[in-house]
Amino acid sequence: MSEAVIHDDHHDHDHKPTGIGRWLFSTNHKDIGTMYMVFALIMFFIGGAMALVIRAELFQPGLQYVDPQFFNSMTTVHALVMIFGAVMPAGVGLANWMIPIMIGAPDMAMPRMNNMSFWILPFAFTLLLSTFFMQGGAPAGGWTMYPPLVLQLGDALPFLIFAVHFLGVSSIMGAINIIATVFNMRAPGMTFMRLPLFVWTWIITAFLLIASMPVLAGAVTMLLTDAYFGTSFFNAAGGGDPVLFQHIFWFFGHPEVYILVLPSFGIISQIIPTFSRKPLFGYASMVYATAAIAFLSFFVWAHHMFTVGMPLTGELFFMYATMSIAVPTGVKIFNWMATMWRGSMTFETPMLFSIGVLFMFSIGGFTGVMMGITPVDFQYHDTYFIVAHFHYVLVPGIIYGIFAGVYYWLPKWTGNMYDEKLGKLHFWTSTISVNVLFFPMHFLGLAGMPRRIPDYNVQFTDWNQVASVGGFAFGLSQLILVWVVIKCVRGGEKATDQVWEGAHGLEWTLSSPPPFHSFTTPPQVTDATAHS
Amino acid sequence: MVKDAVNTAKLLFVFAIAMFGFGYALVPLYDVFCEVVGINGKTGQISESTAIAGEIDTNRLVTVEFDTNVNTALPWSFKAEQYKKQVHPGEIAEMMFVAHNTSDRAIVGRAVPSVAPAQASLFFNKTECFCFTEQVLEPGERKEMPVKFVVDAELPDKITMMTLSYTFFEVPEAERVETASKNRIIDNNKS
Ligand SMILES: [Cu+2]
Repeated sequence: MSEAVIHDDHHDHDHKPTGIGRWLFSTNHKDIGTMYMVFALIMFFIGGAMALVIRAELFQPGLQYVDPQFFNSMTTVHALVMIFGAVMPAGVGLANWMIPIMIGAPDMAMPRMNNMSFWILPFAFTLLLSTFFMQGGAPAGGWTMYPPLVLQLGDALPFLIFAVHFLGVSSIMGAINIIATVFNMRAPGMTFMRLPLFVWTWIITAFLLIASMPVLAGAVTMLLTDAYFGTSFFNAAGGGDPVLFQHIFWFFGHPEVYILVLPSFGIISQIIPTFSRKPLFGYASMVYATAAIAFLSFFVWAHHMFTVGMPLTGELFFMYATMSIAVPTGVKIFNWMATMWRGSMTFETPMLFSIGVLFMFSIGGFTGVMMGITPVDFQYHDTYFIVAHFHYVLVPGIIYGIFAGVYYWLPKWTGNMYDEKLGKLHFWTSTISVNVLFFPMHFLGLAGMPRRIPDYNVQFTDWNQVASVGGFAFGLSQLILVWVVIKCVRGGEKATDQVWEGAHGLEWTLSSPPPFHSFTTPPQVTDATAHS
Repeated sequence: MVKDAVNTAKLLFVFAIAMFGFGYALVPLYDVFCEVVGINGKTGQISESTAIAGEIDTNRLVTVEFDTNVNTALPWSFKAEQYKKQVHPGEIAEMMFVAHNTSDRAIVGRAVPSVAPAQASLFFNKTECFCFTEQVLEPGERKEMPVKFVVDAELPDKITMMTLSYTFFEVPEAERVETASKNRIIDNNKS
């Protein structure tokens, strides 16, 4: 879709640059937010195409379309593209667009750094995706980059490592900008406990990013020096240990899970009160629960590696710590349900997607608790059960949250209402197909089908075919989203400033679309105009 | 407002850099942790005099198995003289290992030890081991290397068997010079 058309009906008094320079040198949080979102959408389709290669190959046992090496590249790069290219940039894009207008700030605190953190992304993904044309192929050792396997990669290894470095730098700068903005640029009266929950979840996400991304950067730097500079961090011959990599990686990896999910939690915490026409139930407990989840996420990493041969006490510690995260998560789920309780609910597309998150994230949450039980994990480890688990969390959990946010704020961004019928069609086709796609994977995993394998035993054929049909249906359903967005950008029924009858907060006091520069004089915030 | 924001950002940058350092700090922390809980082959080393002073539990026998491996890149053969040995907890036992350089160049090798089950490794102490240092074998040289060890008398009764495993690796050229400072396993076993 075209970026330029999104803002073509701006108010005349708005001073804004024109042409390609507007985007290349942009320091405007709305433009940068838009670029992040468009980039995420493109990556979503690139990563999705890779997933469809996987599902096509797995439609039948035996090798059909691709060779095993390429299949492994597909699983590896699909994950990297979706995590670092689609979900994280979408979250940062929403933060860029919404946080300044939610807290009454004129822009982000460091607009130039904001520009830089966005433009690093296309650069990093060019590095990563160019590896498909290299000797030895694209990364194929899994997105977790475990040595010694990853060190056997051909010319792609340094490209993979530098891409991860750049992605880390980009997200750390984005996170610093968000915290600096919220801490210093709130409008008078916008106290911390009046912040919309989306802003709160992003503050906490940003802290998680700053604390965990540098650790990942360190881990891949060690890989780089092991491969090219003779160090032996993970090389047993030199006195190192490959298991050490897994510890460092997952010290980043588990908080990363919450980096992905917390913004979506924030989004649905805005949407559910709006369409229930009630304030959010338990605002303060939501804030504390989010902080508790983030804090606990640093003490559970080894649940990804129960099978490496840990001492029993270690396994027990990580098992109990993991399960304890279910408590604050449960607080959030019950708060959302209590918000809907006896509310005057309506079911517009954003609300449908939010309720979808509630139901299907919970499915992923429960299988997560199952995997957290050490003896059970020994059976499920590296099977399709874990694939089912994290895809339930990531797709109808996190990505649905992003969809919900896009539908919720699209009229605010464009000034036009989107096509509600198409939105609902997108929701229902996605929801049916996503369950057809991922639910059978639970059965496959329980029956013992290993993940990351291009071929399988014939007994797994039926459920794989069901999953593949669901996969293609889900992929096609996403074209509806593109259609809705393009249609909405081009025109439609004019949106009011408030857009939704039950919407409260500063962003709804601005015109739809908001002026290029908003809140140049900060608004005064009171309990009545704040969220919560 | 903007000045405050810049200060916040500076603080956060320092925090990010500190976390990068923390990633590296996990490397020595990991070794210390493994040694404390006795996993990952980080078995204890004690001096011969402390080993002799310890009590010997003659009421029971523990079987110690010996497992030897050579990394595929290393042209050596490496065997223990026997596959297993029965010892009384507390008694000093010895096992001879033989390495043979089958190539026509001198090679520096390093053995990485490991003890299974992990619960047993806390009670397995060596007083002498070829794994404490690097081993140089001239072309065709055959070398006998003794290991002296003591199974602690405190070993829980339920453990009746344990395995001592070694894997020999070639030490990369770049690392040979300052062995003592670079070889983390050796450092840990000495402390
Ligand atoms: Cu985890």
